[in-house]
Amino acid sequence: MTTGLVFAMAGAALFALGVAGIVLIGHLLRRILAFNLMGSGACLVLVGLAQRHDVADPVPHAMVLTGIVVAVAATALALALVRKLHALSGQIELPDDADE
Amino acid sequence: MNEPLIDPLVWLILLPLAWATLAFVLGPGRGGWLAIAGLVAQCWLAFNLAQQVGAGGTAVHAVGGWGAPLGIDLAVDGLSAAMLLLTQTVALPLAIYARSYFKASDPAGAGFWPLTGFLIAGMNALFVSADLFNLYVTLELVGLAAVGLVAAGGGAQQVAAALRYLFATLVGSGAYLLGVALIYGAYGTVSIATLVPLVMNDAPRLVWIASALMVSGLLLKTALFPFHFWLPPAHGGAPAPVSALLSALVVKASFYLILRLWLGPLQPVLPAFGWLLALLGAAAIFWGSWQAIRAVKLKRLIAYSTVAQLGYLFLIFPLLAAPAALQAGVMQAFAHGLAKAGMFAAAGVLIKATGQDTVAGLAGAVERLPVTMFAFALSGITLMGLPPSSGFLAKWQIIQAALAQGHWIIAVVVLAGGLLAAVYVFRVLRQGFLLTPENVTFAPVSRTLEWSAFALAAASVLLGLRGVELMQLLGTRT
Amino acid sequence: MMVVALVVTLALAFVFFLSGAMLELGPAAIDLRVPVSAHLAQSGVSHPVTAVLLNYRGYDTLLEIAVLLLALVAILAVVGEAPAAPSRAAHPVLQTLGRLATPLMVVVAVYLLWAGAFRSGGAFQAGAVLAAAAVLLHLVGLLAGWSTPRLRLRIGLAAGFALFLAVAAALLKQGSLLQYPPDAAGALILLIECGLTVSLALILAGLFLFLAREEGA
Repeated sequence: MTTGLVFAMAGAALFALGVAGIVLIGHLLRRILAFNLMGSGACLVLVGLAQRHDVADPVPHAMVLTGIVVAVAATALALALVRKLHALSGQIELPDDADE
Repeated sequence: MNEPLIDPLVWLILLPLAWATLAFVLGPGRGGWLAIAGLVAQCWLAFNLAQQVGAGGTAVHAVGGWGAPLGIDLAVDGLSAAMLLLTQTVALPLAIYARSYFKASDPAGAGFWPLTGFLIAGMNALFVSADLFNLYVTLELVGLAAVGLVAAGGGAQQVAAALRYLFATLVGSGAYLLGVALIYGAYGTVSIATLVPLVMNDAPRLVWIASALMVSGLLLKTALFPFHFWLPPAHGGAPAPVSALLSALVVKASFYLILRLWLGPLQPVLPAFGWLLALLGAAAIFWGSWQAIRAVKLKRLIAYSTVAQLGYLFLIFPLLAAPAALQAGVMQAFAHGLAKAGMFAAAGVLIKATGQDTVAGLAGAVERLPVTMFAFALSGITLMGLPPSSGFLAKWQIIQAALAQGHWIIAVVVLAGGLLAAVYVFRVLRQGFLLTPENVTFAPVSRTLEWSAFALAAASVLLGLRGVELMQLLGTRT
Repeated sequence: MMVVALVVTLALAFVFFLSGAMLELGPAAIDLRVPVSAHLAQSGVSHPVTAVLLNYRGYDTLLEIAVLLLALVAILAVVGEAPAAPSRAAHPVLQTLGRLATPLMVVVAVYLLWAGAFRSGGAFQAGAVLAAAAVLLHLVGLLAGWSTPRLRLRIGLAAGFALFLAVAAALLKQGSLLQYPPDAAGALILLIECGLTVSLALILAGLFLFLAREEGA
C-alpha cells in the first residue's frame, strides 16, 4: 500500500463525495463547491495512481495542470450564471422545471 | 500526404479558433460575416478531407512531430471525416440564418459569434483527436461554449436551464476524466492508437470501471434516457439558432466519442453493454415521443423530439458486429442533424412571425409562411423516416442490420418510433393548416430566415438520394 | 430520504469497488518518463513538466487557453450591460498593505515566468499571481470593477491566445503543428509564455472583476 495508492483512493472518495453533492444538494453555491471537490478527486486519482510505484511521472502532472485550469474556467462560468440567476429571480436554488 | 502548410485536418481547427478570437476582439454582436467566410472555407476543407480519406484511407498528424504516446496524434478516418462534414455543412446555413435572426442590439446575439466559433473549433478538434486526455479538453470546450450560448442574454428561466445543463455536462466530463485517469494508471498512456493493442479481454477490473465511467459521462452529455432531464429546458428555451446548433451537432459529439471508444481501445470491454444501451435507446424513443405529443410549446416539442431521435442512435450498439450498423448510425446522425436544424430554424421563424411560442398559436401559418411550413414538413418527413429522405435510409439500414442478426425487436422499435414521430409532426402541421383567426397578425420575417431553414430541411431529404457516397466514405475506418 | 440513502449507498459502493480494483493493479505497460527525459535536451526547457506542458503536449495547452478565453466570453455574454460596481475604499491600513504587496507580487510573477524553464513555474502561475494582485487591489478599493471591455482590453485578453495560435500555425512549415525547431525551441516557448502571462493575468482578473457588478442589476 504505497502513498500513491492512498492518494488515489482518497481521490476516489472525493470524487464520489463531489458527485453525491451535486446530485443531492440544492443550494447552487454548494453545488459548485461539490463540483470542485469532484474535479480535485479526479486529479488526485490521476497523479496518485500514476505514482503508485513511488516514482514521480511528469505527464500526469501536466495533465492535472490543464485540468485545474479547465475547472477554473467552468467554476467561473457557473458562478456568473448563479449570480445572474440570483439577480434575476432572487433564488439560490434551481426552480423545478415546469413541464410544458 | 499533404503539404503540411495546407493540411485541411489542422486548419479545420485553427481557422474557427482564429475567427472566434477575431470576432471577440471586434466587439459584441460583430463578426457574423467573418464567421460565414470562415465556415465557407471550412466546408471546402471538410469536403477536401473527405475526398482524401475516401481515396487514400486514414490520415494521421503527429502534433509537435513527437508522435504518440509522448505527443498527441490527430487521426482522420471515414467516421471522423463524415462527422466533420456534418458539422461544417450544418453550421454554415445556421450561421447565415443567425446573422439575420439576431438584431443589432439583441443581448442574446452579443456573444454568439465568438461562442459559436469556439464551439465549432472544439467539435472539429474532438472529431480528429486520437488522445483520450485531449478529448477531455475538447469536450469541455464544446460543453462550456454550448452553456454560454444557452445562457446568453436570457431571463431567469433560460439561465436556470443553462445552469442545469452546465452541471449535467460537468458531471459528464468529470466522470470521463476519472475514467481517463484510471486508464492512464493502468496502462501508462492515453493515446488511442497505443492503447488498442494493450487492452485485451482479460483487462483488469479497473479498466471495466473506467469504461463504465467514461460511457456514463458521455451518455449524460448525449442526453440519453434517463440522463435527458437537462435537454428539453435548455434546447427549448434557447434562441432558435442556438437550439439548432445544440440539437443538431453538440449531442452528436459525445455520441461519436462513445462510438470511437466502442470500436477502438475499449472494444474488448464495452460490447457487453450493447443491449443495455439499446434498451435505454428504446426507452428514449418512447418517452421522448410521448412528451413531444403532449408538449404545449413548439420548441419544447422539438426538443423532446431530439430526445426521441437520439434513441435511434443507440439502437445500433448491439448490432455493431456488422459494418452496416455503423453506417446506419452515422446516416441517422446526418439525417437528424440536418432535419432538426431545419426544424428549429423553421420554429424560430414561426415564433418570430406569430409573436408567441405555443403550438396552438400556429393557426394560419401555412397561408402566411408557406416556405417555412414546407421546411417544417420536410424535416418531419426525415424524422418520421419516409422515403426518399435520409431518415428513411437510416432507419431502413437499422432494420436490415437488426433482421440480419435476428433481433427483430429492434426493427419493431424503429417502426413504432416512426409512427410516434408522425403523431407529433402532424400535430404541428394540422395547426398550421387551420384558417387564420380574425385577430391574429403575422409579423414579416426576412426571406433569408425562411430559405436557410428550407435549405437545411431539403438537404435532409435529398441526402437520402446520395446516401451511397456517404456509406462508401465510412468504409474506410481504422 | 430514500433518494439520499440510495445515492449515499451507491457512492460508498463505488469507492469500495474502485479502491479494490486499484489495489490489484500491476505495473503499467508504458513508462513515459523515459521518452520525456530522452528528448528533454531538444525540447527547449529543462524542467520535464514544463516540457510536457508546452512542447510534447503543447496542443493541450493551446486548447486549454481557448477554454479559458471562451469562459470569459461566455461570462461577458451572460452578465451583459450591467454597470460595474464602484470600488469601495477599505480601511487605510489595508490599502497601504495592498499598495505595498502589489509590486512584490509583480516581481514574484516575473520570477515564476522565468523560472518555469528550469523549475516549477511558468505562464499559468505567473498569470495567476498577477490576477491575484488585481483582485487584492479591488478588494481594498484601489481598483474599480470592470464594465464591458473596450477594444484595448479585448485585444489584451485575446493577444496571448492569438500569439500562441499564430506561432503554432507558423510552425506548420516545420512539418507539423507546434513542431519547434530544436535550436529555437527555448526562445519560442519563452515568447509564447510571455504573451500568455499577460493575457492570462487579464483573463483571470477579468473572471473576478467582470462579475463585480451592482447587486440587483
